[in-house]
Amino acid sequence: MGIAREKLIDMYRVMVRIRTFEERVFKEFTAGHIPGFVHLYSGEEAVATGACANLRPDDYITSTHRGHGHLIAKGGRTDRMMAELFGKKTGYNKGKGGSMHIADVDLGMLGANGIAGAGITIATGAALSAKLRRTDQVTVCFFGDGASNNSRFHEGVNLAACLNLPVVYVIENNLYAISVRISDACKIPNIADRASAYGIPGKTVDGNDVLAVYEAVGEAVTRARKGEGPTIVECKTYRRHGHWAGDAQHYVSKEEIKEWLKKDPIPRFRKKLVEMGVLTEEDADRIDQAAKEEIEKAVEFAEQSPLPGPEDVLADVHA
Amino acid sequence: MKEITFKQAITEAVDEEMARDPTVFLIGEDVRALGAPRGEFKGLFEKYGPERVVDTPISETAILGSAIGAAITGMRPIANIMYANFLGVCGDELINQLTQMRYMFGGKIKVPVTIVSYSGGGFSAAAQHSKTLYGWLMAVTGLKIVVPSTPYDLKGLLKTSIRDDNPTIVLYHQLLLRRDIKSEIPEAEYAIPLGKADIKREGSDVTVVAWALMVHRALAASTKLQEEKSISIEVIDPRTLVPLDKQAIIDSVKKTGRLVIMDEEPKTGSAAAEIAAVVADEAFDFLDAPIKRVCAPDTPVPFSPLLEKIWMPDEEDLIKAVTEIM
Repeated sequence: MGIAREKLIDMYRVMVRIRTFEERVFKEFTAGHIPGFVHLYSGEEAVATGACANLRPDDYITSTHRGHGHLIAKGGRTDRMMAELFGKKTGYNKGKGGSMHIADVDLGMLGANGIAGAGITIATGAALSAKLRRTDQVTVCFFGDGASNNSRFHEGVNLAACLNLPVVYVIENNLYAISVRISDACKIPNIADRASAYGIPGKTVDGNDVLAVYEAVGEAVTRARKGEGPTIVECKTYRRHGHWAGDAQHYVSKEEIKEWLKKDPIPRFRKKLVEMGVLTEEDADRIDQAAKEEIEKAVEFAEQSPLPGPEDVLADVHA
Repeated sequence: MKEITFKQAITEAVDEEMARDPTVFLIGEDVRALGAPRGEFKGLFEKYGPERVVDTPISETAILGSAIGAAITGMRPIANIMYANFLGVCGDELINQLTQMRYMFGGKIKVPVTIVSYSGGGFSAAAQHSKTLYGWLMAVTGLKIVVPSTPYDLKGLLKTSIRDDNPTIVLYHQLLLRRDIKSEIPEAEYAIPLGKADIKREGSDVTVVAWALMVHRALAASTKLQEEKSISIEVIDPRTLVPLDKQAIIDSVKKTGRLVIMDEEPKTGSAAAEIAAVVADEAFDFLDAPIKRVCAPDTPVPFSPLLEKIWMPDEEDLIKAVTEIM
């Protein structure tokens, strides 16, 4: 495949950092330290990681309600993320957005979004903007199988196809829209097959295989950057914690969960890197340990950061 | 000085802003071949080309959504949502994205989108093409709302809206657009700040707050009231509902002691209700009579010309309300 050794190691590191962040968020949320809603990216790390590994710092992404992984993969700082989740003033959004709206526009991360599918048209607009400004920036738009049944999918993808915009629509098909199984919500086996309805390419890949995601999104990013228009890449994956942190998932069979946990993208990639001779077990352990220390510090930062004050309520409505 | 119509005011404002700022672009349905259904953008496609006059499928959600995406990445889009009613189609983009994003992101971004839409009734377009949505839009925090009554105001306010770093909607009343009402404007470039009311007629007995089409009906009623009953009406046109020039309204009420608000929308939850509440809160001691609202009834806009005429607030309704509180 010809991927540089450093790139492969970086991808492993990003996946581990996401998992470590999310599992700690689960713990802190369960303990009552994080207010509001939390939707965890655990289990889907290969998608954000593989996709964003193709991007430049000035490229854009749009995210979802399950957005922590996207921000980390685009280069986000876990301390400011954790502070945002804790509702602190030092958070990415000064404590005004929380988990579902976390954003860092300086990194090109145009926002998590609490509305399923809303990022699709926003990404289309970011791609339109790049075209009008005559840059070669690409936008990667993450959304779920649930959002693919939303009107934004049709309008946003169709407009991008008509205008030939530099955008890649990455569907994280984790099989469930909250509790509704994709097979009950879409009558074709692969959502990416809808691409043909818009006259653009579509591809379905194993979303728990970071290299498969990297390769498929990489091809789409190259097309977009060359001015050849949008692509849909569907990545089949699975949520480790259900829809929200604490979802008991009564609507899912225990066998299914067991089967998917076996396909966990992180041990799988680690094993592959060790087999390829890219990492030793000890190297991988060191990366895991560094992630633990990073997230420990992120929690400390969040805990010690000041809360926003009454003066912040009225600020930031208008520029 | 020169004379322009409502339609020319739109064309000139958009043309001038597109010429001065390369990040300004227009996106919407039928903007290419028709220059929008009333032709207010005619000639812009020929002048600026397909990249800056973006013709779209019937996709209000994608029009407003992509305008947002473009705005937060350095552009200054004008999103043409043909009729204000169609804002319902892109309701999420309006109430959850466009207007909330800056605050949700802790003030890190600017969202300089200008929405332009036809609004208002008066020519049997029926319930789905006649809404004004003033009160409904005022309840969307973060949105600035421009409701001009003259070509002069429209041009100056539209230019300011396009330059504003915040989400703004400019509602042009269809009847004013169709009737080709004219006003004089200076030859030189000008802009009008948002949030500054204009006294359309000075008077001393009753303050009438009206905007868009209702300004013209209020002025006609004021002439009659002066001639027939010697009642002196002051007509205040706020020109923008958000930001609202509360001080101009309160100052006028201090002078007259009486307030009537004339508003072309159903009374419940109307902009008139909000303005009445502001004056009751902040200038109650200056009132000599109850505040009156001349609004439409709480029904959809009817189709048949007679029904619609009864439905829309007119001069007679205003004269009746003023007479009641004198």
